[in-house]
Amino acid sequence: MTTYVIGRLLLMIPTLLGVAILTFVIMRVVPGDVVALRYAQGAVPQEVIDKERAQLGLDRPMYVQFTDFMTGIVRLDFGQSLWTDRPVMDEIGGRFGISLELAILATLIATSLAVPLGVLAAVKQDTWVDYVIRVVSIGGLALPSFWLGIMTILLLVVIFQWAPPLIFKPFWEDPKENLAQLIWPALAVGYRYSAVATRMTRSSVLEVLREDYVRTARAKGLREVLVIVRHALRNSLLPVVTVISLEFAFLFGGLVVTEQVFNVNGLGKLIVDAVAHRDYPLVQALVLIFSFVFVFVNFIVDLLYGVLDPRIRYA
Amino acid sequence: MSAAAHSAEEIARRRYLEDTSARRFRRAVRDFIKRRPLGTIGAVIIIVMILAAAFADVVAPYRPDEGVFTGLPLAPSLEHLIGTDSYGFDVFSRLLYGARTALLVGFTSSLVGSTIGLVLGVVGAYFGGKTDETIQRVMDVLISFPLIVIAIAVIAALGPGTTNVIVAITVPFIPRVSRVVRASGLAVVRMPYIEAARSVGVRAPRIMFRHMVPNVFAPYLIMLTAFLGQAILLEASLSFLGLGVVEPEPAWGLMLRGQGMTFLDQAPWLAIAPGVAISLAVFGFNLFGDSLRDALDPKLRTA
Repeated sequence: MTTYVIGRLLLMIPTLLGVAILTFVIMRVVPGDVVALRYAQGAVPQEVIDKERAQLGLDRPMYVQFTDFMTGIVRLDFGQSLWTDRPVMDEIGGRFGISLELAILATLIATSLAVPLGVLAAVKQDTWVDYVIRVVSIGGLALPSFWLGIMTILLLVVIFQWAPPLIFKPFWEDPKENLAQLIWPALAVGYRYSAVATRMTRSSVLEVLREDYVRTARAKGLREVLVIVRHALRNSLLPVVTVISLEFAFLFGGLVVTEQVFNVNGLGKLIVDAVAHRDYPLVQALVLIFSFVFVFVNFIVDLLYGVLDPRIRYA
Repeated sequence: MSAAAHSAEEIARRRYLEDTSARRFRRAVRDFIKRRPLGTIGAVIIIVMILAAAFADVVAPYRPDEGVFTGLPLAPSLEHLIGTDSYGFDVFSRLLYGARTALLVGFTSSLVGSTIGLVLGVVGAYFGGKTDETIQRVMDVLISFPLIVIAIAVIAALGPGTTNVIVAITVPFIPRVSRVVRASGLAVVRMPYIEAARSVGVRAPRIMFRHMVPNVFAPYLIMLTAFLGQAILLEASLSFLGLGVVEPEPAWGLMLRGQGMTFLDQAPWLAIAPGVAISLAVFGFNLFGDSLRDALDPKLRTA
């Protein structure tokens, strides 16, 4: 087990290294740099531009910049933002919490919708209950979450005269206000992501319901609720957990549009601005964080397999 | 009893003899309609959308760029079914023309992305070893890259525009398809008929194309249809962010971004209509793709 964990952790390194290299290359291939963008308007003498490039270290040869980036990663130092001059870690710091909270809230909402609905649809397969749940969940996949967000705002504005918050309140300062701010985007996103998990729960439970041990459990007269919860649901959790975890990883880095609509200052908004400003260190750090979360969640899921299904053993 | 059995057998025999691929296709379609009502609804939505896009010139009451500048959107009326935007453009007509953009981006990117994934997956499964390992590692990197970041990077490098949006949406699909196809391909490659083909000297490309591709076609098709809806959704998101299709091209995401957001409280139809169009299109593709998966995947087939 320990060998397996260490092995898996080591295997993350080449993937993350690939991601880091790819980000570095892509950002340099993209035309324009931060200085050019800053002085896009107005005629600025070439000397000023050159001086600023030199100040930011953009005139150094590529390989020097690259080794700088790589040694920085090892020391967990991503340098300073080229746009704001603040350390990259400070830029990311506060927003990390917002994105994390939003992702957790949305995942909670999605899970608490998906598991009961998915089980219900499977148990009532091919009845109107099943059809309604399937249509609602396929509909959830079809609604763009940003549009759902816009519609939510429209309703909130019309009915409650609510407006998107201008200043974000952290959870520990004002839990009520904080939740009031984040609950709407979390609901809009959570509904959409519950759709994927509902469908997975349904098909997974359906498969298990046909197993012999379910028939045995029913034959020995076990109450149907217990058959479903203890026998069917427990054994169909594996793919459901996988889907939910991967969604969590995705939510963490993928809320770009929703954040825009609800005016939430999270990582998604940050990366769009960072790419737009060609803020190399910030983009590199953010992509690396997103990829790390993705790879790490994958790893946790693999470990969970062993917990959920004792037949799976890691040599 | 025996006469009935005889005639049933006779019918089956005659049917077999007279069977043509056109007939078999028609029967499959009839079967699908009868057994999968939800999928049929999806197919109808898709067909209506394709027709609307193809005949937009005939059906649309106005050109997408034809209108009297009013400065303020006009409410829905008999003249303008879903009203106009602030340029005086007819929203209903723009929705119809927008279907063209959505379908173009959807079909091209999912077809190209899935096909590249198919090729990479089959090649990896067939050759194994170093080739497979290399492909897999590259796919790992691509897949752990957040999808929106790839899209943003492509758009930032190539600039916005319809073609570049297609590229941006195609790239993230490749690793996802290649993984699924490879998994199925690994099972196929161990089949005796592959060994037989190899031992009589059939060349690798032919084995892959004639023997492996048909046998991994079901997962490929399932992924392809699943991505169709996804691609339309992604295009809308990117256009909404200003990283996709550019004005004056009529696109649903773009309609939401500009007019929809600006006049949200005064002219909500500008935000509602394109969103409904996007949702309906994706809904149709998802319903159809879902039923197609049920029909093609024997493991999930319900008795």
